[in-house]
Amino acid sequence: MTAVIEAQGLGKRYGQRWALSDCTLAIPAGRVVGLVGPNGAGKTTLLNLIVGLLTPTSGSIRVLGGRPAGSPAQLAKVGFVAQDTPTYAGLSIADHLKLGARLNPGWDAALARDRIERLGLDPASRAGKLSGGQRAQLALTLGIAKRPELLILDEPVAALDPLARREFLQGLMEAAAEHELSVVLSSHLVSDLERVCDYLIVLVDSRVRVAGEVEELLATHHRLTGARRDPTRLPADQHVVSASHTDRQTTLIIRTDAPIHDPAWTVSQLGLEDLVLAYMGKPADTGRNDRPILEVQR
Amino acid sequence: MIWLTWRQFRAAATMMAAALAVLAAILSLTGPGLADDYATGIAACTTQSGGCSNFVQRFFQDHQDPFLALTAVVLVLPALIGLFWGTPLITRELEAGTHRLVWNQSITRTRWLAVKLGLTGLAAMTAAGLGSLAVTWWSSPIDTTAANFPRMGPLLFPARGIVPIGYAAFAFALGVTVGMLVRRTLPAMAVTLVVFVAVQIAMPLLVRPHLLPPTRSTIEITTSNLDGINAPQGGGPVRAIVKAPTITGAWILSSHAVDASGHAVDTIPLSSSGACAPSQPQQGISACFAEIKRLGYRQQVTYQPSSRFWPFQWYETGIYTALALGLAGFCFWRIRQSLS
Repeated sequence: MTAVIEAQGLGKRYGQRWALSDCTLAIPAGRVVGLVGPNGAGKTTLLNLIVGLLTPTSGSIRVLGGRPAGSPAQLAKVGFVAQDTPTYAGLSIADHLKLGARLNPGWDAALARDRIERLGLDPASRAGKLSGGQRAQLALTLGIAKRPELLILDEPVAALDPLARREFLQGLMEAAAEHELSVVLSSHLVSDLERVCDYLIVLVDSRVRVAGEVEELLATHHRLTGARRDPTRLPADQHVVSASHTDRQTTLIIRTDAPIHDPAWTVSQLGLEDLVLAYMGKPADTGRNDRPILEVQR
Repeated sequence: MIWLTWRQFRAAATMMAAALAVLAAILSLTGPGLADDYATGIAACTTQSGGCSNFVQRFFQDHQDPFLALTAVVLVLPALIGLFWGTPLITRELEAGTHRLVWNQSITRTRWLAVKLGLTGLAAMTAAGLGSLAVTWWSSPIDTTAANFPRMGPLLFPARGIVPIGYAAFAFALGVTVGMLVRRTLPAMAVTLVVFVAVQIAMPLLVRPHLLPPTRSTIEITTSNLDGINAPQGGGPVRAIVKAPTITGAWILSSHAVDASGHAVDTIPLSSSGACAPSQPQQGISACFAEIKRLGYRQQVTYQPSSRFWPFQWYETGIYTALALGLAGFCFWRIRQSLS
């Protein structure tokens, strides 16, 4: 299994503030990776480090075996759809495709043309006149038609309405399957990613809280409900992710590889959204659950 | 990348080309007539007894307005290029976020910057060069009659010849650099303008006079450099006041009267009964000059002579081009840093 992204102790500091710290990741190839976290958690910083728009303050990062943005060949292998899907407002769609063709040796002109046609966009219209969804599709077309091995998308659907959101993600998934792309996309909404990603990274307060295959995460996380008790007295292989208590009842979300035998607990499965929310809270040692839940809905 | 640079730049380039074409058309239509007028005027006056000073004065006065306007155009053009071509080159991308699009195509940032800086910078230099060339050619007959504006002087020197090319290169690179640091177009334009104007003022004040050691000469006091003779009514000391002489095309840096031992004096003290005194009008002004000479008073002048026009043009163009290259180097260093 080769890693498309390998980060070791990666950190980025702005002045006194660490936007990302001590990030160690090894993302296998061929995955659709969801990067979730509240706004300001460092998602954009991490993605910008992956595409080489930023250089790390500490640690190292290798993307597809090379230094991000280190050479034209490296740039050709990584596609990037930046936050707010920037395009040149004064240039037409056809100009953008020409831009892609001029600046990328591996440009797939037929793919780009077909995609624009399928979307029903007029190549002569200016990018500045497009709706948010259309502009995002144009940016995605540029990202796909350069035929990268890895496609990075920074909050691509944040500004889109639900319908455009679905169409965009659908198009992305088709392209990923067709061209065997590895994809990393970020969002502050788990629901956006739930249907599309098979690998998940939860980033909170500039740190990676959890990363792994979605199936594995779901199989190893459980919700335990039972009479109120101290969560520190659990078997050593059960790690408490979050805990909440009422007067009489304790609810824990734990991670464990082993089966749970304690008959005092009612064990139930977790959805991806619950899992992510559990990690987005503060570390579970406070035993209280009065924290606000961040960014559940916009 | 060349295509993209041109695609983004073509509106501005077309506008500049159109403006220069209009200017060139007007100048090429009126220029030959102007040169003819001057040539026939000079030919006519040299045979006359009064000499050419009247014709020269009248010719300059007749054409003073277009002369000053065109000079202003050449002086302002580099600043405009810096503001409207240089500053937005990077800030426009940063403000719209499109740098994140273009820097992730299969082309390095260094190459992207090299093409943008190179092409737009060359266009800037070409535009300034053509503008200066047209104005220099058109106004050459007027320049020779502009007694108050020597061609080495601070008004004409920067608006003629090849220095505008250097100014344009510098202003453009300055705009790009400031834009890269300030990252917003309007504040960056303001900073660019302030810095460019400061440099353009500092150059003639601090640098240009010393590009070559100025020529020093000691000249006698005659009608060309005597400002007047001051004699208080009812007696008292008579004093001669001198002014800067006129040396064709030269830039006078300093001038003052000196006495016989070489010390600078503000005014020349004269005898109230000598040849310069108002009580002796019959002796005439030449006797007065003879007396000043006999007393040992002369005028010391330092200046940059007109013959140094082209060496100075090359030096100054070189200085500005070097500054522009330095700024461009900084931009290349800067763009490799985190700039997202």
